[in-house]
This record gives sequence, C-alpha cells and structure tokens, in this order.
Amino acid sequence: MKKPTTGIFKFTSCDGCQLSMLNLEDDILRLTELTEIAYFREGEDNPLVGHLDLAVIEGSISTESQKKKITDIRERSRHLITIGACATAGGVQALRNWADFDAFKKIVYPKPDYIDALPASTPVSEHVHVDYELWGCPIDTLELSEVLTSFLIGKRPGIPAHSLCMECKGKGIACVLVSREEPCLGPVTRSGCGVLCPSLNRACYGCFGPMEGANIETLSGIFERFGYSADECRMMLDKMNTYAFRKERTEKS
Amino acid sequence: MKSRLKDFFEVLGPSYRIIGPKIENGVVILAEIKYGDIPAGYRDSQKPGRYRLSPEKDSQVFSFSSGPDSFKRFLNPPLAELFHFHRFETGLGITSPPFSEKGGISETGLPICFMGIRACDLWALKLYDRIFPGGRVRDRTYESLRRNSLIIAFNCLYPSGNCFCLSTGTGPEVKDTFDVAVTELKDSFLLEEGSARGKEILGLLPLGHAGERQSLEKRERIETCKALFRKSIAADELPEIIFRNLDHPHWEDIARRDLECGNCTQVCPTCFCNTSYDFVYPGGISGEDKCNLELSGRRLRKWDSCFSRDFAQVHGGNFRLSRKARYRHWMAHKLAYMQDQFGLPGCVGCGRCITWCPAGIDITRELEALRPHS
Ligand code: SF4
Ligand code: SF4
Ligand code: SF4
Ligand code: SF4
Repeated sequence: MKKPTTGIFKFTSCDGCQLSMLNLEDDILRLTELTEIAYFREGEDNPLVGHLDLAVIEGSISTESQKKKITDIRERSRHLITIGACATAGGVQALRNWADFDAFKKIVYPKPDYIDALPASTPVSEHVHVDYELWGCPIDTLELSEVLTSFLIGKRPGIPAHSLCMECKGKGIACVLVSREEPCLGPVTRSGCGVLCPSLNRACYGCFGPMEGANIETLSGIFERFGYSADECRMMLDKMNTYAFRKERTEKS
Repeated sequence: MKSRLKDFFEVLGPSYRIIGPKIENGVVILAEIKYGDIPAGYRDSQKPGRYRLSPEKDSQVFSFSSGPDSFKRFLNPPLAELFHFHRFETGLGITSPPFSEKGGISETGLPICFMGIRACDLWALKLYDRIFPGGRVRDRTYESLRRNSLIIAFNCLYPSGNCFCLSTGTGPEVKDTFDVAVTELKDSFLLEEGSARGKEILGLLPLGHAGERQSLEKRERIETCKALFRKSIAADELPEIIFRNLDHPHWEDIARRDLECGNCTQVCPTCFCNTSYDFVYPGGISGEDKCNLELSGRRLRKWDSCFSRDFAQVHGGNFRLSRKARYRHWMAHKLAYMQDQFGLPGCVGCGRCITWCPAGIDITRELEALRPHS
C-alpha cells in the first residue's frame, strides 16, 4: 500500500509549533515511516505539487496571498488540520483586529507602505473547512504526535475537549481561584497543557484557548468580585487566543 | 496523651501506606503522610466557591474539615492505565502496565490505610463498594485495593461551613464501614473497633481502658458538632422536589451562573464517571521492546464529568446540549436517581461541590429554590 502523504505549511506564526514537530524525536522517525512528508518548510525546501492526504497548518491568515494559498492547499488535501493558537485562533497578531491597523503599522515599521497585510489576522477555519484543530501556544508535543498518528491510522484523537479544571483536579492541585482568589482562566480554557501554571501555583493564562461552551461572562463577573476591573478582565483574554475568546464571548451573549 | 496518636503511625507504618490529611499550598489535601504531616489545630473556613485555611492553632488536633480530596483519588485513580497494546508486522500484542500512576498500587506493594476518613465519605465508600466490585462488570483494581485497605475513621468535631450531612443522614457520626473509629476528646482519643482487623490493631497499641465517662464525652462532642451545622437539604422531600420541577425557570438561572468546568464532579466522592481512550505512540512506549513494532498505545481510563461536552457523546453529538440540561442531570443523579440505582444516597452532604465550585453554586440553595413554597 502506498504511504499517505503529509504536507506541513507555515503561515503567519513564530514557527514554535513546527519546531515541536522536530522535538518529537523518536516519534518523528516512526511518523516518517507511517507517512511520506511531501512538503515541510522547516525541514526541507520543495515546492508543493500534486495531492496530499494530510495538510498540517501552522500560522494565521494575515495577507491576501495567504488566503489564496490556504484555498489551494485545501483543494489538494484530503484532511486538513491546524496546529497552535495562530492557525486555530488567529494568534497574538489578532490583537490588531481590535485596533487601528494603520496606526499600528506606523508605530512598528519605519516604512509602513511596504507592509502588505490584511487589517485582521484570522484562524484558518474562517477561510476553509478544517478537519481538526489542535490548540495551544505552543502545542503539546504528545498531543501533536497523537493527532498526527490518529489521522494517519484512521482513529479519533484521544484528546479531551473539557476544561483545564478537569485536568487540574485530576492532578490534585490546590485550586488557586477558590483558595486564593487568583484570576484563573482554567474554567473556560481547554485542557492540554498538562496544567502547567496551576501546578506552579499560578493562575492559568488561557494558552489552549476557550473550551467549547466557555462561560466567559460569568467567570469575568467572578473576577470583578475579586476586585479586577471590567477592562482588566477583558485584557486577561486578549493574548494569543484573543480572537477565539472574544468570539466565544460575543456568540454567547 | 494526644501525642500517643503517633503510636498509630508507628504500628501501621511498616505494613500500610498511610493516606491522610496534609497541607499543600494552603489547602488540606490527602496524600501519603507521616505523623508530623497532620495539620493539627488548623481550622478551615469554607463558603460557596471559597476555601481558606487559618494557621491559628486550635487546642484540638482534628479541627479541620474535608478538603477537595477523598478516598476516590486512591481507589478509583483519576488516571489509570488499563493496558498497553502493540501492533507488530505480524499481529497485535497486549501487555498490562506497571501500576505506577498516582493512587494506584504503591511501588512498595503495601495496602492503603485511610487515616481520618469522615462519616460522609464512608457512605460514599459504601456506594463505591456496590458499584465497582459488584454489578455486571467487576473492577479488579478497585477490588484488590479496597479488599486490603484499612479504614481509620474520625468523628467530626466541627462541620465545615458547607457540610450538610446531618440533613442527609450520613454524618457527622461514623456508624459502620470502618476498622477503627476515633473520637477526639478533650485530653485523649477514644478508639473503637469496627472489625476483626480493627480489634487486632487496637491490640497492638498501648491503650488505657475507656469507660462511661469517655462514652459520655463522645456523645456530648457529637451533639455539639450537630448544633454547628449551617446548611441542610429537605432530604425527606426527595426525589419529588426534582421530579416535579423539571421545567422550573430556576434551572435557567443556574445555567447562567454555571461555568460547566466540572470541578463539582471531580471533587464529589460519589461521582464515579470515567471515560477511556487510546493514546497512540508511533515510536513505541519508551522502555519497551521496539523490534518489528509498527505502533504502540496505552488504553487509559480517566475521570470524566457529565458537564463535559464530549461526555456521553454518541454519533452526532451529546443529548444534553444545554448547560441547563447538564446541571439538571447532575443534580438529579446526585439527589434522586442514585438512590434508585444503588439503594444508597447519591449525595452524602460533604459540601465539596459547593466549596470547590469557582462560581459558588450551592446544591442546597439550588434545591431550596425549586421547592414550591420558597
Ligand atoms: S486552579 Fe484554575 S484550573 Fe485549577 S481547578 Fe482552580 S480554576 Fe480550575
Ligand atoms: S456547578 Fe460549579 S463546579 Fe460544577 S460545573 Fe458548574 S461552575 Fe463548575
Ligand atoms: S453532591 Fe456535593 S455535597 Fe453531595 S456528595 Fe457530592 S460533593 Fe458532596
Ligand atoms: S459532611 Fe459531616 S461527616 Fe462529612 S466532613 Fe462535614 S461534618 Fe464531617
């Protein structure tokens, strides 16, 4: 049987998630036996030709040409998955979605006219159909290996969709929200990070994005009772998953 | 005289892994402990969505109440490996994993001694004993851990601000399901045997004789504790309050406040739901033979919650799509269906779901809001 082909593509991002792929070590060697890597910018430099069984996308859609490129990749691929906060939620660069883009450009670049970018950074799912989204900033390597393998062997990824709190309680961590009034985003955030922050006795920053059904309004209300202003509560969500959190919030209310 | 509690640890130490209360980051958790770990004299303040431990020393040893943990973490671990599977070029292989997950059989192979388990949790344990070893499916891990475990139960001196076992008839006094029951008196501990094994253990301790005076003091202490409860539920009106009010507008009100985070179910000693899934390693499980191996995987079992969207999902989705439906299901299972299912209360009044709910949702108040005259 012919090995399935995989392509790994980068859009607007920091490359951190693709590097997680190289960090798979043992697994990456085994993965290359399960699939033929047809395109991988981080590892080699071939132009994309023909069709793919699996397209893995890192990075958000931020320019006009990226919109065309993602459509082209989708048309060539049987399955398409996104990895990381940029591809899945628009990334930290989506902060410009809520600001004056031209003013931003002027502050950052000496010659802003050279910048060819869309005024908003958006997740891949706003442009093409996505078969699976792996959240995280950066993604967890174990989860990545699980998702890739699952697509290559045809099973459902064993990755839960529940809140971080579920994983936090499983680990027996003393809740920083209930015992110390820390503004922990765990109750509205997807699990997946291994409970990094609460296990270090800190509040969760929401790196893995909003879980499905996140009740952001209510959690912000709780933080306001702890003494944070409405603005501060909003800023807690305005990080690498800002677009997804705001979307989840407005769709709810 | 109270320092003689240490004898207990000395006698049990060599043959048991003692699981008991200990402070971690300002919270009383359960872990493998030594005598010195007991948070003697600490008092907790528990309110809906709030927990604080005060370091001011009380003259009593066991002044603190339950924290988020219960025996469930140890007998039904949050994450357990059921087996490993391997796909070779020539076929499939299954191997059993070493039980090393937190809460599984300890590396030393010693059975567990639960030190300081309360009345409410003993009722939950009784329920677990009906669910896990009984029924059509036997959970052999639970069975073996449970069969060899030793229960040293404690009568509560103070209920926490969220305890309501008095109204559910599950506390604060321990009645059965223990090997030894301990009541802290003013100057000593009163120890009572509850099983042959308990009797044997008491025989190993240098004890004085307890008489009428100690029994009287125990009764007084339990009555004092009973007078301190601040919460209750109308247990004698269950399950009707729920079944007659399935369309009550109050469910919507709860749904607005509910975060569907699942904390309540994870801390509840009677919640037992779990899910299993396969985690596949293309490179094989580290440390295992990789000759001719195509794939390896672990079948894992993990605590789940009826608040999660991917819980009880069938093809096409989850039947309880709304948050309202999920909370209602949870509360109805605790306060109504479990009694029918297992012949024991599904809620033992421990108050953990109230304390550890970040939104402070209080099962006693929600139930009260459903009652017709309230
Ligand atoms: S510490 Fe944060 S993630 Fe953990 S249970 Fe509390 S709120 Fe949830
Ligand atoms: S009742 Fe509280 S702890 Fe339970 S899911 Fe809702 S918000 Fe979370
Ligand atoms: S429902 Fe709440 S009070 Fe009742 S046993 Fe569970 S955690 Fe304790
Ligand atoms: S619910 Fe009752 S038995 Fe349980 S800790 Fe509170 S007072 Fe003790």
